[in-house]
Parts: sequence; C-alpha cells; structure tokens
Amino acid sequence: MSKRLIDLQHITKSFDGQMVLDDLNLYIRENEFLTLLGPSGCGKTTTLRIIGGFEMPDSGSVIFDEKNITELAPNERQLNTVFQKYALFPHMSIAENIAFGLKIKKKSKSYIKDKIKYALKLVNLDGFEKRSVDSLSGGQQQRIAIARAIVNEPKVLLLDEPLGALDLKLRQDMQYELIRLKNELGITFIYVTHDQEEALTMSDTIVVMNQGYIQQIGTPQDIYNEPKNAFVADFIGESNIIDGLMLEDRLVKILNANFPCVDEGFGKNTPVDVVIRPEDVELVSPEQGSLEGDVTSLIFKGVHWEIEVLANGYEWLVQTTHMHPVGSHVGIQIDPYNIQIMNKPESSDERAVESCVT
Amino acid sequence: MVKKSVERIYLSIIFLFLYLPIVVLIVLSFNNSKSKVQWGGFTFNWYIKLFSSKSIMEAFGTTIFISLASALIATLLGTLAALGIDAMKKRNQTIMIGATNIPLLNADIVTGISMMLLFVRFTRLGLSTVLIAHITFNIPYVILNVLPKLKQSSRTTYEAALDLGATPFYAFFKIIWPQIRPGVFSGFLMAMTMSLDDFSVTYFTKGAGIHTLSTMIYTEMRKGIRPEMYALSTILFLIALLLLLFMNFRPSVHKEKGDAL
Amino acid sequence: MRNLKRQLLAGPYLLWMAGFILLPVVMILYYAFTTTSGHFTMLNITSISASIHLKSLLLSLKLALVCTIICLVLSYPLAMILNNMKLKRQGFIVFVFILPMWMNFMLRILAWKMLLSNNGVINTLLETLGLPALDILNTPSAVVFCMVYDFLPFMILPIYNAMSRIQKDILEAAKDLGAGNIIIFFKIIVPLTMSGVVSGIIMVFVPALTSFAISDLLGGGKVLLIGNVIEQAFMQEYNWNLGSGLSVVLMIFVIASMALMSSKGEEGGASVW
Repeated sequence: MSKRLIDLQHITKSFDGQMVLDDLNLYIRENEFLTLLGPSGCGKTTTLRIIGGFEMPDSGSVIFDEKNITELAPNERQLNTVFQKYALFPHMSIAENIAFGLKIKKKSKSYIKDKIKYALKLVNLDGFEKRSVDSLSGGQQQRIAIARAIVNEPKVLLLDEPLGALDLKLRQDMQYELIRLKNELGITFIYVTHDQEEALTMSDTIVVMNQGYIQQIGTPQDIYNEPKNAFVADFIGESNIIDGLMLEDRLVKILNANFPCVDEGFGKNTPVDVVIRPEDVELVSPEQGSLEGDVTSLIFKGVHWEIEVLANGYEWLVQTTHMHPVGSHVGIQIDPYNIQIMNKPESSDERAVESCVT
Repeated sequence: MVKKSVERIYLSIIFLFLYLPIVVLIVLSFNNSKSKVQWGGFTFNWYIKLFSSKSIMEAFGTTIFISLASALIATLLGTLAALGIDAMKKRNQTIMIGATNIPLLNADIVTGISMMLLFVRFTRLGLSTVLIAHITFNIPYVILNVLPKLKQSSRTTYEAALDLGATPFYAFFKIIWPQIRPGVFSGFLMAMTMSLDDFSVTYFTKGAGIHTLSTMIYTEMRKGIRPEMYALSTILFLIALLLLLFMNFRPSVHKEKGDAL
Repeated sequence: MRNLKRQLLAGPYLLWMAGFILLPVVMILYYAFTTTSGHFTMLNITSISASIHLKSLLLSLKLALVCTIICLVLSYPLAMILNNMKLKRQGFIVFVFILPMWMNFMLRILAWKMLLSNNGVINTLLETLGLPALDILNTPSAVVFCMVYDFLPFMILPIYNAMSRIQKDILEAAKDLGAGNIIIFFKIIVPLTMSGVVSGIIMVFVPALTSFAISDLLGGGKVLLIGNVIEQAFMQEYNWNLGSGLSVVLMIFVIASMALMSSKGEEGGASVW
C-alpha cells in the first residue's frame, strides 16, 4: 500500500452558522484517484477548497506529506486545481496561461517553452500556443485548464466538477482522457463530482458524502455492490429500497414474503432497510417466485428492458434481458447474495441521510 | 486588521471630500445670517425668498419642462431606434452603435456651439432650440439602455407569439415590451438627469431671456452667491437623492445600477 | 420582409442625427474655414499658434492631465476597496459614491466656491486650528480641485465595474498557480481593469480639457482655458469664425486623446508579460 499523502483530521467548517462539514476525517494515498461524490450542498466542494487552501477550516488540520499545511496560503501549496468553469485568464494567450505558474517559479525560457509544448501534446491540443482563450470551445478550455495545472508538476491535482459544463459525449471522452493522464503523470487526483457514473468510471476510491458527513468510503465495486446505507444505495444507481423485517439470521421478510439472505447478526425481528439492485431481481413463472406480481410498465433501454412490477403493494424496478409484456403475471425471485440488508438509521448522522433521501 | 482600518480611513476621506460641500450648503440654507461661517440661528427665510422669486421659479419651471419633454421624446425616438438597430445585420449594428457613441464622447462645448451655429442660421434661439438640443444628446442614453435589453430578450418567444396567431403589434406589446420596459425606463430616467444636469449645451443654445436652473446659477454666481442658492441646492439635492433611490431600489432595475452610471 | 420593416424604425433617429449632429458639424467646419465675408481661410485654425491661445491650450492640457491623474490615483484603490466589500453593503456604498454626481453640475461648483473662498469654511477651520490660510481661489489649483470633485465619479464607476466583472475563480486560479498578492495585482487585476481605466481616463480627461464654466467661476478670470477662449470668442467678441476654428482644433485634440487612449487600452489588454 502506498503511503498517505494527505490527511484531513477532524475538519469542521460552517458558513454563516450553517454547518457544512462536521468532524470530517479522510486520508488520500499517493497516486490515488479519489472522488468526492455527493449531491450539491453535501460539502464535497468545501472539502476540496480546504485542501486547495481557498477555505480555512474552523477547526481540524490538513496534513500534507507529514507537514501541517492548514494555515498555508494556496500559492504556497504543492497542489494545483482545475476549476469548474476553467478560470482561464482571458487577457492572456494559451501559452501565457500555461506559462503563468512556471514564470512565477522563475523557470528558464527554454524550459517553459518545452513544458508548454509537452502539456499541449498531453491534452491533445498541439499548436494552440498562440490562440486566444475565447476562440476555444468549452472542452478545449477545460483541457487548457488541465494543462495549465499539470505543467507545475503538482503532487496532487484537484478537480472541481471539471466536466460539469460539457455535453455528454465530450464528458465521456474526457473521462478516458483523465484516466490516461493520471496514469501517464503518476500523480494523485482528487476529483469532485455529483455524477455517480463519472465516479464509478474513473476512481480508485469513492467517498460518498451527504450533508457534511462521509457516508461511505470504498472502491467503486464496494460502493455499488455493498452500499452501507439507503442514501448510498439510492445515490449510486437505481435501487429497490424496501422496509423489511429481519426474522432471524439469514432470513428476511419483505412485503409479507420470506427471502433467504446471507446477512447475520441483526438479531431477531429487527426492522431493517433492504436494498435490491434492479438487475438482481429475477422474473420467473408465478409458482416459482417468492412473490407474485403484475407487469405495469415495459420500456426498451437498448441493452435491457426496464420493467415495473407491482407486487404486494410495492412497485419493483427490474432490469432484465427477457421481455415480459404489460399485464403478464410473474413471480419475483432474488438470489440470497444479492439481498443487501442495512440497519434502520439510528445515529443523528444517518438520520440526516434519511431525511435527504425521502 | 491594520489593512481594514486603513481602508476605512481612506473611504471616509473620499466620503468627506464628496459630501462636505453638500452638507455645508444644506446647513447654510437654514442659516439666518448672510455670513458663510457664522451661525445666525435657524430660519426658513431663504426658502421663502426662493419660492417668491419669480426668476428662479421660472427657471425651475423651464428646467422641469425641458428635462421631462426632452426625455420623453428622446425615449420614444431612442426606443424605436433601438428596435430598428436590433433588427440590423451585425456589421451595420456595430456602425450604428459607434455612431451613437460619438455625441456621448464629444465635448459639450463643441456640441453646444455647433448646434447654436445651425439654429441661428435657420431660426431664433429659444425654448424650442434648447429642447431640440437636449433631445439630441439624450437619445444615445436611451438607445444604450434599451439595446442590451433587446439583446437579452429571446427572439424565439416573439416568433412563437406570431406563430400562435398574434399580430406583430400585439406580439410586441405582449412579448417584447415587458422585456425591454426596465431598459426604456432607466433610459428615460438617465436622459432626464442628463438634461437636468446640463449646462454647456443649454448655455449656447438658449438665447436671451430664457434660463434653466444651471444657466441661472451660472449667471448669479458671477455676481456673487445669494443664500437663496443654498436653499435651491438643498432642494435639488433632495430631488436627486429621491430620484436615485427610486432608480436603484426598484427591484426590477437593481442590476443596472452599475451600468446606469 | 418583416425584418426590413423593423429596421425602418431607426429611420426617425437617423434623420434626427443627420439634422442635429452631422449638419451642425458641417456648420462649424464651414465657419472654421471661412472669413466673415465667406472666403476660404486657414487663419482661424492657425490662430491657435497665437501666444495667448497656445498658452490657454497648454494650460488646459496641463490641468486636464493633472486632474485625470489625481482622479485615477484616488479611484483605483477606492474601486478595489468597494469591490472587496461584502455584497450586502456594496450596493449601498456604491450608491453613496455616485449620489453627489447626480447633484447639479453648477451647484457642485457653487459648493466649492463657497468652501474655498477667503472667508469660507475651510479657511475659517484652518484659522481656528492655527494653520495658514489656503488662498487658492482664483488660481489653477482651485480649478483642478473642483474638476476632480466634479469628474471623480466618472473615473470610479468604470474602474469599479471592470473590477467587479473579474471572476473570483480567476483570482483563485492565479493563487493556485503560485501567484502572491503583488503578482496577482499586476498580472491579473491591472490588465483586466485596463478597459475601465481607459474609459475612466477618457470620461475625465475630455470634459476637463474642454470645460469652461469651472475655470470661469473659480478662476476669477485669471485662469484662461481654451474653453474660455472659445466661449469668449462666441459670446463676447462675436467672432464666430475664430471660435469655430479653435473649436475644430479642440475637437482634434479630443479625438486624438481618445484614439491614443483606446489604442493603449487594446495594447494593455493583450501584452501582459
């Protein structure tokens, strides 16, 4: 395991009396692609700005490479930021934009020239040196913003929803570009987004945040397959989240039907939240299923069908490659491994989560 | 903290520089003594004298008439012009906007003199020539206020209205007018203030026997300052204050504060 | 074509401008290049080289320049301070700084004449403090003083507007790339406010160069600017040809100074390093 490069310890921050981050603890390893994911107002951008030095935490400390940099100004930190709206200097050419940081560091002319060339090549914009900022498209501006940041050879690149303003196709292309860049540069990326697909595609580690609290930290697979609570399950992909009763170990009752599962240790007759991904719901003949229901809607999505099944008063979302016409009577079956059991919220953090989801 | 207090002190000095003269004028307008420095007790005397002075009241009336009438006509012509310019091709628009800017940047004295030369050739100087001159320098302010609003308003909504069967006339009043109204309004107010404030152009185009407040104060001041002038200043300052408050804190034009000088 | 019809709405305006902007300029040019009997002459133009005219032109240029510099030096920090203020108060503060501009131009002159006069408020104040009296009424200093007072808002506003248009993330980006406050000021803020500075300079320099009322009222007849010379040619000597000739010269100076400034503005925008 590579070492911890950045360590956020007990960070608290509020604006105008409104708590934005509450006792946040998080570490980021060297060469990691870490994504802060959450809805707007969850504190992800504030976290990034605290790492960048643009906000001062009310309490807590920021450790960078074993040094406390909490009080350090942004211009004295060894990291660079790619801003959401690019923030290119409108009065400078592309080359001047990229050279800005290097000139401050008093690098030689030839060094700067080489670096500009290298950076433009890296972001696939060779020969753009003399162009003006407003002659570029949004995607090109974003690449320049990245080039401007990376020529300074930062140890960490902070990216604040850098693809937010781009259209879908461009966004997908840029996702691959970013992964390639990260691999070529071998530096740490801290990425902020509210787009779960972006997070799943690019990250080594995802930090799901809501209302100033970290909900879950894990690899994309962990986060997707084993969401820790209803918020994460709902935020990452679509889910069936159903009230359930844990009858005993390995047996849960949902909508008056008993389902075997693999979870233990919840006690007997405990109310729980049950999460089942739409692609994990199997539609079988009525007599084979644990539950019976009727298909109420059928939509073709390309790779699969999206079907809604009304069973015991709950509208199940199902994704399957088999077609079941509207009105057909079907049975619902779920593999025990695909049933995700979660405690009902108890602590105040989790209750905050709950209020947001509903 | 040191920086903060330096900033405060700096702001206060500029503030004092800007307001001291005004405050002194206001104080002196209530001073029952002709002295500029000695307080002779509180009085409304100068206000009474002011309102009973026929020449001042006449100049006041002329000023109000000129500024209202010129602003009104300039608003009409300017708004129509803005609508026309907006429909032009990009290149022609640039030329038109450039031409509109010229009188704004030209020296007042040259504007005044050149118009005087024209007027004395074809007519006599008087109220109407002042009015024409004021309309002329007011129109650009209206255009420059209305045009940005037209640019912001979406053309598609107008076309949608036509598509739904509205006549161009109906579509204009239902769709375009509500969108440019704030611009027309602030253009009007700006034209009015420019007109109220003008001295040079009026001075050259007014001819004998007519005075606006500006030219009257000018003539008076060459003879010496009468305390009635202090009272007049106070009243005009209050009018300016109210006008500006009205313009700035009307919610719909709040944004324009910066542009509207 | 509907569009063409709409363009015609600008017709009345075009006619008006042809009649009352273009025609007057033609008139002034006509007078400038003719004698009283209507013959062509260059004398009205060349009379600017007469020592009394030249002296007043140079004095006008000097006072306008001094006034512009003072306004610029006062306004730039002020605009910065205003821009850095909390938004809630900003609207009000800006309002406070433009309000005096809305008071009648003549009254602002009146106020300063009264403050500066020998037995006026300022001197009485200085006297009570035991300081020497400020005897500047009827001198060029008084004229500059009042010009600064009159034209200061024209400098503050464009600079403030340019400054408030600078996006916060541009400044953060500069900081992020290692720029300290001094570099940010000279490489980011100054170049990005150059357009405001240029229009501020034009808006102060032109009226200062061409004004005649301030020097007339506060100069006590001793401060003769080119505006005063022109005004006297028209209103006292009734020598319209001479007055027009000098006006044309003044116009040339106005246009030249504007052209110079706007070219400087473009340069300032592009060449930064």
